[in-house]
Amino acid sequence: MPSQERDAFLDRPWKDSTAEPFIRIEGVTKRFGTFTAVEAVSLDIYKGELFSLLGGSGCGKTTLLRMLAGFEEPTAGHIYIDGVDMIDVPAYARPVNMMFQSYALFPHMSVEDNVAYGLKRDGVSKAEISQRVADMLSMVELLELQKRKPHQLSGGQRQRVALARALVKRPKLLLLDEPLAALDKRLREQTQFELMNIQDQLGVTFIVVTHDQEEAMTLSTRIAVMDHGQIIQVGEPSEVYERPQTKDIANFIGTINMFDGEVMSSNDSFLLRCPKISKPLKLPSQAELNIGQQVTLAIRPEKIKMTLEDPHDSLQITLRGEVLEFAYMGNISIYRVKIEGEVVLQITIPNLDRMAERKIEWDDQVFISWHPENSLVLRD
Amino acid sequence: MTKPTDSALTASRLNESAKMTSHRQWVHVVDNFFQSRWKGLSVAIPYVWLVIFFLIPFFIVLKISFAESLIASPPFSSLFEWSEDAALKMTLIFDNFAYLWEDDLYVKTYLNSVKISTISTILCLLIGYPMAYAIVRASGTMKYLLLLMVILPFWTSFLLRVYAWMGILADQGTLNSFLIWAGIIDQPIRMMYSEFAVYIGIVYSYLPFMILPLYANLEKLDLTLHEAASDLGAHPITVFFTVTLPLTIPGIIAGGLLVFIPATGEFVIPDLLGGGNVLMIGRVLYDEFNSNHDWPVAAAVAIALLILLVIPMMFYQHAQSRQINN
Amino acid sequence: MPKKRSTFLLSVLCFGMAFLYIPMFLLIVYSFNYSKIVSVWGGLSTRWYTSLFESEEIWSALMLSLKIAIVNATFATLLGTLAGLALARFRYFRGRTLFTGMISAPLVMPEVITGLSLLLLFITLGDLIGWPEKRGITTITIAHITFSLAYVAVIIESRLSGIGETLEEAALDLGAKPLRVMMDITLPLLAPGMLAGWLLAFTLSLDDLVIASFVSGPGSSTLPMLIYSRVKLGLKPDINALATMIILAVAIGVLIAGWILIRQQKQRQRDAQLAGTE
Repeated sequence: MPSQERDAFLDRPWKDSTAEPFIRIEGVTKRFGTFTAVEAVSLDIYKGELFSLLGGSGCGKTTLLRMLAGFEEPTAGHIYIDGVDMIDVPAYARPVNMMFQSYALFPHMSVEDNVAYGLKRDGVSKAEISQRVADMLSMVELLELQKRKPHQLSGGQRQRVALARALVKRPKLLLLDEPLAALDKRLREQTQFELMNIQDQLGVTFIVVTHDQEEAMTLSTRIAVMDHGQIIQVGEPSEVYERPQTKDIANFIGTINMFDGEVMSSNDSFLLRCPKISKPLKLPSQAELNIGQQVTLAIRPEKIKMTLEDPHDSLQITLRGEVLEFAYMGNISIYRVKIEGEVVLQITIPNLDRMAERKIEWDDQVFISWHPENSLVLRD
Repeated sequence: MTKPTDSALTASRLNESAKMTSHRQWVHVVDNFFQSRWKGLSVAIPYVWLVIFFLIPFFIVLKISFAESLIASPPFSSLFEWSEDAALKMTLIFDNFAYLWEDDLYVKTYLNSVKISTISTILCLLIGYPMAYAIVRASGTMKYLLLLMVILPFWTSFLLRVYAWMGILADQGTLNSFLIWAGIIDQPIRMMYSEFAVYIGIVYSYLPFMILPLYANLEKLDLTLHEAASDLGAHPITVFFTVTLPLTIPGIIAGGLLVFIPATGEFVIPDLLGGGNVLMIGRVLYDEFNSNHDWPVAAAVAIALLILLVIPMMFYQHAQSRQINN
Repeated sequence: MPKKRSTFLLSVLCFGMAFLYIPMFLLIVYSFNYSKIVSVWGGLSTRWYTSLFESEEIWSALMLSLKIAIVNATFATLLGTLAGLALARFRYFRGRTLFTGMISAPLVMPEVITGLSLLLLFITLGDLIGWPEKRGITTITIAHITFSLAYVAVIIESRLSGIGETLEEAALDLGAKPLRVMMDITLPLLAPGMLAGWLLAFTLSLDDLVIASFVSGPGSSTLPMLIYSRVKLGLKPDINALATMIILAVAIGVLIAGWILIRQQKQRQRDAQLAGTE
């Protein structure tokens, strides 16, 4: 492979078909009695990734994480970490550490002892332990609080102790179970960037379990969306957002407007015949379609333009509508616009101008338009 | 990167990983052995203890309850003979139980035990519920103090607390002296050796067992529920009967069983306060065994008492499993 | 929101507390009564305390009871902790249902039945294998351990399920092997539960009359057995003196425990403040 091309993949090894995955999950299934928590999951994760497992509660993401940590044994399949099969390796012998959702700080030990615990188990010398603990605590800015007990710390501080305790062993892989769920919104945003910085500094591979799609979008190099124990899509955040593979994913990640209908053909392109709307909608040209097929056209709210006058742009799809309501969110405004056939669309408009100079109000008759290439074709 | 270095690297890594794998396997084998033994032992020790000192004795009682009474030592037909001649002894088997049924002393005693412990349980509930409620509503240190006051009697001798009532209820006792002094009565009322004394003794001894589960239940109750109900226009009494009471049924059941079950089998209270006048099954069993030396009948009484107590337990189990399902 | 005072609640509370405490108070008052007839006041005196301290019988019964209670509490705590661990942490093992049953049954078993069945066991064992040769301190202790261990197991189990398994998993994840996890995490967290279990087992043993009466032999009377045999026939002033001593000892113990609890509570409040300020 030419070195130039290799460089292009340096940050994105999953694009490089020759790259060796660091973690390989191969056909892993986990059943509890008759309930299947994880079903035939296969996944490759590369060194230095910040990988998110995203899904609602009960989708199997936590079970998958617990199998990586060694708390649960897969019913079938294999997990390789750095080329070693983990099946017979007990949790305490794995080169993996975990940050628990509840943080699981030992309540009877000080911050210092909590962080030192893992190193002591590895038989690291005392001098080295105190050095590494101090380094780690200063990295998370908790050096002054090292003598405190966990219940004398705030939520954010506990979270950082938990992170320090998991990272001090320099694991090959760090697992984070809902790392930010217990923090309030402000702290969560701040901590998100701290996590990314630390991950960047140490180069440790992170796997994060989260139900928060925004969190997954901001943090991750790649996201695996899970549902009913299966992975339904893996990709970079922008791929998952811009090119969701199913209606469920499109709905789960962000908001999306959808039109169901039947494919019909015009001279050079495909159109969607939507029973509620008189005008056929132009479908994106890349989609592989057959005439007569039932599909869904989907368009993200921020990709729709809204004007008081007809844009007269033949390349775009233009519909007429009436503003039902809108919400001012500060940075953006969210409009709900009714078009013909009682179809209501959601549109977000960046607030480029001040509130006072807003142009579109309740009950205004508007033109909404989008470029067909910005829309998506989804199947069930 | 050149080929030779690559393969050398791979070889050394393979070697290393092989070493690590064997080490891990060794650790795993040792750990496996240790884990299974250790867990096994920690279950086995209490398990064996309970089988020897709880389960086997229970079966001995069961066996003896089917045996024949003898004037001998031990005063029952040998356990190890009657299996040889099962056919003959089959006719004897239910003799002791039939005796319990025919002699209406036993039937009366059972019914009386149930009556006394039911009424005592209700009395405990009537006094204990408002007390628990008042404690929950007390603030800060006062709450702890009141709780400690409820717990304290539990740690003092049960026997001595019953004894205390002997001094109060006696003909020349504190209560009679007080009533005469107050001019309410002229002659001492006979209170000792009556069912009244037994009720007092049981309520007094078991009241903390009623208060504590009720307290725990009420403490967990969300006070905003009361506010919500009042906000919706409910009178405090209506709030109590429509919101508080239904939500504390688990505490009432737990407290009720904690009083009812030991009260039914109670020996000390009917013996010291009830004397020979109050028939309760625990005392009859004790006498049957220690005074009459009729072991098979005593064993049959024990088995019958167990069956009597199994019924409320089953209710409790049922209620609990329903609660879990909800 | 200020809590409304309810006269009904307050009066029941006062009545209930009076009901609980007046008998004990009277026990104490009458222990200082000179008169031999307990309920007739004959002037202040400490003669019953003198006769109590001089009574060999009471001292030896007390010593026997304490010995049994300490040995019982220790063994019951060890066995009960193992049983509680098994119930809370080893989800699957053979005979679990029977085990659960044997743990919960002694809690609801009337004392007369427990006593009777254990006596019959000891007699049968004596016939079969010659042990126990005679009944006394050993048989009483065994009987007490049997029912106390169930109480300890329940305390330990509820504490373990309250703590949850995450802390143990975290230790495992940090490289601690199962026995290490046990020593470093599980046992330190269980210590308060074990202490509570020990105290409960100690008290249950010291308090037991019925079971001890069944399984003891000639010459080994525990303190409750001695008290019972004396009060069976009526009121005894020296027993009032003994009761006073016991109530005093318990009250001091409970007050110390209460003081520690309140101090812990305040410490927690301070800790919460410390956590909140930063």
